[in-house]
Amino acid sequence: MSSIAIRAEGLGKRYRLGTSASYKTLREFLPSIVTGAVRRVRSAGSTDPEANTFWALRDISFDVNHGDVIGVIGWNGAGKSTLLKIFSRITWPTEGRAVIHGRVGSLLEVGTGFHPELTGRENIFLNGAIMGMRRTEITSKFDEIVAFAELDKFIDTPVKHYSSGMYVRLAFAIAAHLEPEILIVDEVLAVGDLAFQQKCLGKMSEVSRGGRTILFVSHNMAVVEKLCQRTIVLHHGRIAYQGKTADAVHHYLNSTLAPNKPDGHVFDLGNSANRRSPVGKLLNRIELYTDDDLPVVEGIRIGMGLKVKIFFDLPNPTRSVDMGLAFDSMIGQRIFTAHSLFEPERPVGEWIGPQVFVCDIPNFTLTPGTYNMRVWLDINHAEADLINQAARVIVIESDYYGTGKAPWNGAVVLKHHWYVQSSKTTNRPQELQPEVL
Amino acid sequence: MAWAVLQPILATLIFSIFFGRLARIPSDGVPYPVFVYVAMVPWQYFTNALTESSNSLVASQNLIKKVYFPRLVIPMGSVLAGLVDFCFAFIVLIGMMFYYGIHPSPAIFLFPVFLLLAVCTALAVGLWMSALNVQYRDVKYTITFLTQFWMFATPVVYPAGLVPAKWRMLYGLNPMVGVVNGFRYSLLGKAASPGPMIWVSAAAVAVLLLGGLLYFRKMESTFADIV
Repeated sequence: MSSIAIRAEGLGKRYRLGTSASYKTLREFLPSIVTGAVRRVRSAGSTDPEANTFWALRDISFDVNHGDVIGVIGWNGAGKSTLLKIFSRITWPTEGRAVIHGRVGSLLEVGTGFHPELTGRENIFLNGAIMGMRRTEITSKFDEIVAFAELDKFIDTPVKHYSSGMYVRLAFAIAAHLEPEILIVDEVLAVGDLAFQQKCLGKMSEVSRGGRTILFVSHNMAVVEKLCQRTIVLHHGRIAYQGKTADAVHHYLNSTLAPNKPDGHVFDLGNSANRRSPVGKLLNRIELYTDDDLPVVEGIRIGMGLKVKIFFDLPNPTRSVDMGLAFDSMIGQRIFTAHSLFEPERPVGEWIGPQVFVCDIPNFTLTPGTYNMRVWLDINHAEADLINQAARVIVIESDYYGTGKAPWNGAVVLKHHWYVQSSKTTNRPQELQPEVL
Repeated sequence: MAWAVLQPILATLIFSIFFGRLARIPSDGVPYPVFVYVAMVPWQYFTNALTESSNSLVASQNLIKKVYFPRLVIPMGSVLAGLVDFCFAFIVLIGMMFYYGIHPSPAIFLFPVFLLLAVCTALAVGLWMSALNVQYRDVKYTITFLTQFWMFATPVVYPAGLVPAKWRMLYGLNPMVGVVNGFRYSLLGKAASPGPMIWVSAAAVAVLLLGGLLYFRKMESTFADIV
């Protein structure tokens, strides 16, 4: 058997838009056979198959080896779910080929194929049967599934009465325990509390260590980084990037792929409220970039570099120009202040006209969240133009410590290290695995 | 379960009064109630299977959109599940035959063949209707009319012998004609052998079933997208 578990060869999926999306009726169809035939004779060959259709996926080609864990990320509408649906054999590609070697267990959106009238117990057996398992195999896993889903009391209740959290817990428990060779998981961890999410992640890494293939869609970058070796970035139905997960996540967060706001990294200060301008409206624009000069469209990951470019005008020749930049949390707490006075190698000279000052922060180690920027310009050591909430930067959860546990508490993230210092044992000091904590 | 028995019994009661008593429709020499009921059993099975299976794919869209399995299982399940109701109704039939003192002839050994014909007919029409109903949602409204008309095109309340001989072959194209005639022939022992008409019915079922399977396979790939 080849080592390829999943292969996509030029996959494409086209959907119709608009009118034909609603259900057709036989009552309309039968007369249309006649009128349609007439119309076809009249306007032979003039119909355009591309009209009113759109390609949810196009030219998708990749290989996944057995035992690989592949992440799929992309903005809403990028075609992630359609891709997983094709590999789950739920929908057929319009063009190209999808090849799958192995038993597939899929977990698409909220709630796998549950029958709402059946109880949790019956649905476990139903799903097992659909996956092609014997009754005895399912029975042997049954208690484990129920325990994992934490549903002992409700297992004989029809699933239609379940809450969305219970639904997902059961769905995940079934998909993960019924031992498919290929596990396809779509955005399920969004529901459920933190503890359950951690449990699911643990189970997924366990499953992947067991040599099984996982295709995983998520918007949670920390999880994708932890779990997946390789990641595919989809954009408008095409592969925008595929490669190492860290690079893919970086590409995804900091490219202009974002929907509807290709210039999300630009903050025009022309009409800013919250402004004090004793000298005049000199500040024009703020632009945010990463350390490798990609625009920060959606946000940056914890600890990544941030370059803030501040565009302003100097109407008169000026020798003493200083710029201040402060970051406030959403509740208005000042987190950090950067000022050009702190720059040891300040250039000297006389400036006039449009200027750009760049504040380069190599490691922006704030905890995930949104931060408002206050920016002010001092001329001759006196305030010239100041804007509160001039721009915003979003710090996105990421696997900063390399443990799969995204830091979220506190204001800042600092590199730190834990070890055991014990004088009473004969052992040399041992490093604690961060996961133990 | 109660409905499985009540439905054909009540229908038989009404037909016995109106067609048997008042209209005095001939009944091949057996008491009219048994004559009708023995036809009602496969007929009810057929209409129930049809109604259930035609809506089955739409009703299971939860599953269809989330997991893969051969879609054929869904209408098949509806058609086969109807056999449970069929069994209950059949037990009542045995009771009636005892009551009226009707003994089956050796032809009863042919009964499984006719039962198979009934199942195949239900499956064939069910496949067509279920796949059509996914694409054209008003199909389910036609089922009621369809079964009403179909019942009178089938010798449920009258003997097949009333149909003029020259039309018999055309009449046999309705597979339920073969089924109902076969049931009467194999169970009541008195009715005449359905003769070549049964072959016409069997051929019609074969064509209908094969066509249904092909159509279903063709439509299968689009179910998840349009259901």
